[in-house]
Amino acid sequence: MKEEDRLEEKNPIEGLLRMDRIPHIWCPGCGIGTVVTSFADALKKTDLDLDKVAVVSGIGCTGRVAGYIKLDSFHTTHGRAIPYATGLKLASPGTKVVVFSGDGDLTGIGGNHFIHAARRNMDLVVICVNNFNYAMTGGQVASTTPKTANASTAPYGNFEGAFSLPYLADAAGATYVARWTALHLRRVSKSIEEALNRKGFSFIEVITPCVTLYARRNRLGSGLNLLKYYYDKSEIRHGADTRDLEITFQGKLTVGKFIERERETFLDAMNSHLSHVLGDDYQLYGRCFDD
Amino acid sequence: MIYFGDKKPIKGDIHIDKNRCKGCGFCVEYCPRDVLELSEEFNAKGYHPPFIKDEDECCYCQLCESICPEYAIFVTIKKTKEEKGEKVENRP
Repeated sequence: MKEEDRLEEKNPIEGLLRMDRIPHIWCPGCGIGTVVTSFADALKKTDLDLDKVAVVSGIGCTGRVAGYIKLDSFHTTHGRAIPYATGLKLASPGTKVVVFSGDGDLTGIGGNHFIHAARRNMDLVVICVNNFNYAMTGGQVASTTPKTANASTAPYGNFEGAFSLPYLADAAGATYVARWTALHLRRVSKSIEEALNRKGFSFIEVITPCVTLYARRNRLGSGLNLLKYYYDKSEIRHGADTRDLEITFQGKLTVGKFIERERETFLDAMNSHLSHVLGDDYQLYGRCFDD
Repeated sequence: MIYFGDKKPIKGDIHIDKNRCKGCGFCVEYCPRDVLELSEEFNAKGYHPPFIKDEDECCYCQLCESICPEYAIFVTIKKTKEEKGEKVENRP
């Protein structure tokens, strides 16, 4: 077959993308597109009704995912992706709500919403694309920037401590915690699939290269150099203690699935508590939508 | 080549949308069979898209399709000559 004739066939992911908005604005070498492909793969493998899946994003480079994915999707205000998703989940309990956002949005600006959604065990899948800075606004220090890394608001290197996101999610009460890099394509996909098929607050951190800001300011080279670094320095340790997962500048990365446990979700807890207190006067909430 | 029964290794047809490519080189670097290579030519955006160097080596692992951040490359299963309806010489 000639190369020109081949484009009659469509890329299988195109059914899940708003093709009028493609090509996307992400830089060459950025890993967010890879994570979106993994997410689409996971969606295809699950048996979920795609009319009942919603994607919520905040602001930032990763926040644009909601605009590119052809599902019910919401592009919300900065840091408030999880409150919107919580409202969506409570108003329509039969919907599977996926929060797809960046580290600055989820744990910097919206850090409080993140820990409280984990504490309540809201039934959400949170995919956090971690590129170690606020990339869209110009590379400022974020809550995840490792020590000594250069950023536009830290020209002599960052001296603040950084969040270890799996530890934060674990401590706040998330029921599924995993961390991968953009290079672990199939594992990211499998993790997202597992998270979509279970109940409770599931948190997946995906470390991606930020070429234009983080890599350029720190002289780390291109996206390929960062992927090579992930390959060399990442170690898969399932079930590792989340206290040991701190990321240092260009240091070792521990990846894997760390936590999987069962806890009562927010709606289940509300139903069981209120039906216990109010007795037969209480009508169970959320059941009529599911069945 | 000797095959087990009528089982044959699956081959892939690689489809590249050259004008959507941004030349990051992920597919070239991580192809396990080194099927792709970055070309010298430019696409409409001014990047160097990959070209297919040796398609017979492609084993349909779909890694390039998964790793491409631009959704610019994908692989389908190559149809054999029998499936296309062409005549095949009978093997001895």
